[in-house]
Amino acid sequence: MIDLIGYFGFFFSTALIFAIITLGLNLQWGLTGLFNVGVAGFVAIGAYTSAILTTPDAADRIGGFGLPILVGWLGAIVLTGAVSAFTGFATLRLKADYLAITTFGVAVVVQLIALNAQGLTGGPFGIAFIPRPFGGLQADPLAFNLVNLAVIATITLLVSLFLGHLSRSPWGRVLRALREDERAAISLGKNARSYRIQAFAVGGAIMGLAGAVQAHFIGFIAPDNYVPTLTFQVWAMLMVGGSGSNRGAILGAILVWAVWVGAGTLSAWVIPGAWQARAASLQIVMIGVLLCIILLWRPQGFFGPRRGRGME
Amino acid sequence: MNLQFLLDGTLSGAMIGLGAIGITLTYSILRFSNFAHGDLMAWGAYAALVAVGAILGGPVPVLGLSFGLPLIVATLFAMMVASGLALLLDWLLFARLRARGQAIIVVMASFGASMALRNLLEFIFTSSPVYYSSALQIARPIGLGIRITPDQVALLVLTALLVTGMHLYLTRSQRGREMRAYAQNPALARVVGIDVSAVIRTTWIIGASLAAAAGVMVGVLVQVRPLMGLDLLLPMFAAAILGGIGSVPGAVLAGLIIGLSEAAAVQFIGAEWRAAVAFAILMAVLLVRPTGLFGVTER
Repeated sequence: MIDLIGYFGFFFSTALIFAIITLGLNLQWGLTGLFNVGVAGFVAIGAYTSAILTTPDAADRIGGFGLPILVGWLGAIVLTGAVSAFTGFATLRLKADYLAITTFGVAVVVQLIALNAQGLTGGPFGIAFIPRPFGGLQADPLAFNLVNLAVIATITLLVSLFLGHLSRSPWGRVLRALREDERAAISLGKNARSYRIQAFAVGGAIMGLAGAVQAHFIGFIAPDNYVPTLTFQVWAMLMVGGSGSNRGAILGAILVWAVWVGAGTLSAWVIPGAWQARAASLQIVMIGVLLCIILLWRPQGFFGPRRGRGME
Repeated sequence: MNLQFLLDGTLSGAMIGLGAIGITLTYSILRFSNFAHGDLMAWGAYAALVAVGAILGGPVPVLGLSFGLPLIVATLFAMMVASGLALLLDWLLFARLRARGQAIIVVMASFGASMALRNLLEFIFTSSPVYYSSALQIARPIGLGIRITPDQVALLVLTALLVTGMHLYLTRSQRGREMRAYAQNPALARVVGIDVSAVIRTTWIIGASLAAAAGVMVGVLVQVRPLMGLDLLLPMFAAAILGGIGSVPGAVLAGLIIGLSEAAAVQFIGAEWRAAVAFAILMAVLLVRPTGLFGVTER
């Protein structure tokens, strides 16, 4: 029973970290209509920034500043936000596709740096000994899991409230206006590019925060955590939940993560050992098909606002 | 200084260029950046592998090449498979979403399709690399310290033929003129009675066939693996944008520039940073001259 509670604590912690990433993507895509194909890259920037700032001193790489966790998270928010702002600055005066291609490139380059800049990121071995919040409780796994879940749930709630407030504010109204009718909004004197860069930067900063939170939750990061599959899972979560709705983003993240874990557990039982690796690819194929089906038949998702986000 | 990197860069640039033709045509005619294009390439390479292995009974080398007639026939088969796949995807997915008029949704669908296609290949063939032939190639010196294998000569000639043919087709044939007309002004093209669905079909067939040919070439020169298309996607996008969206000669020239820059980076900086080159070029183009080398100002 205790094991089960611990397991659910772990499951929901992971799912809620995904939910934070999805909330960031929802600001970029759901509210502003900006297509980010490099989610994994932005999450990785946050994770590595916070890890480098907070880990104890290490001989073989830069960093290990041993700063408090909150400083690490703040650093993750600032740096990921800055990279996102620059990405937006370079591409948002051009057609929407260029942002997509550039974010894809950002993810490739971040992955490359994570793998090869050993003196900064630890290379393929990653960074270990990342301090964990309430690490003193680790002797009692149940309490530790539940406290962590409480921390992550609080952050999710705060981010969600913050985004809800933003989207109701005059700033959020401008973003919606730009999405629905760009010309009308511009004719009212709104600088479309500047608002979009801001939204992209805030969304990116939230992804960076999620990456940092996850790094401290697991205590270890490596380049393999930030492959395109992550980007893809987050997109599936947003589309299932219904883009445009924060509640949908959170519910979508939990539901897709449950399906993902469930499918993984099921295939571990059913499929013989030699086929396990192949089954993992089939899992991704299924999510890909699911994403396409949702785009075709239910573009508003399952938990979205009553009014779709104007896709038709 | 060893100048071998010039040849290596030209070869990989030729393959990037061939792939970028498909991307630039899809972008200018169907108006979306196709993230599944690299996977058409990989599917082409695997289709040729299956054809060479199963149907034709293994490669028969001729003229010192590592491959022979069977692989050439298999490449034609691969082009057909990739074209069929592209048309199927368009019919199932892209055409329906295009009809709704939100271009970025089509991009997202291509991203989903790309993940599905790539992982389907991993499911069927596993992620370990395979080769068309285990024959060893002897590189011959051609001066300036550069050595070239018969395979490399053949592939360079083949690329030149494909690109010239494609250029002539787009500039001289009736369908080619229709494609360019549709790219410039879709509404007007409809009004003058251009068969739009034929234009779209031709675009997919050309793009997918060249991608499959490039995929087989990568397979001959390097190896065949499910991620081969994904790894080339960023260089191909960068080439299409550097060349100027819609320009076939631009895509090929830009492909060569990127291939050579990558090879130079491998030579002078280190092989592990190769993949960052395309990104650096892409960012430079977007910041300095987003229309690219031969691009026209955005409509």
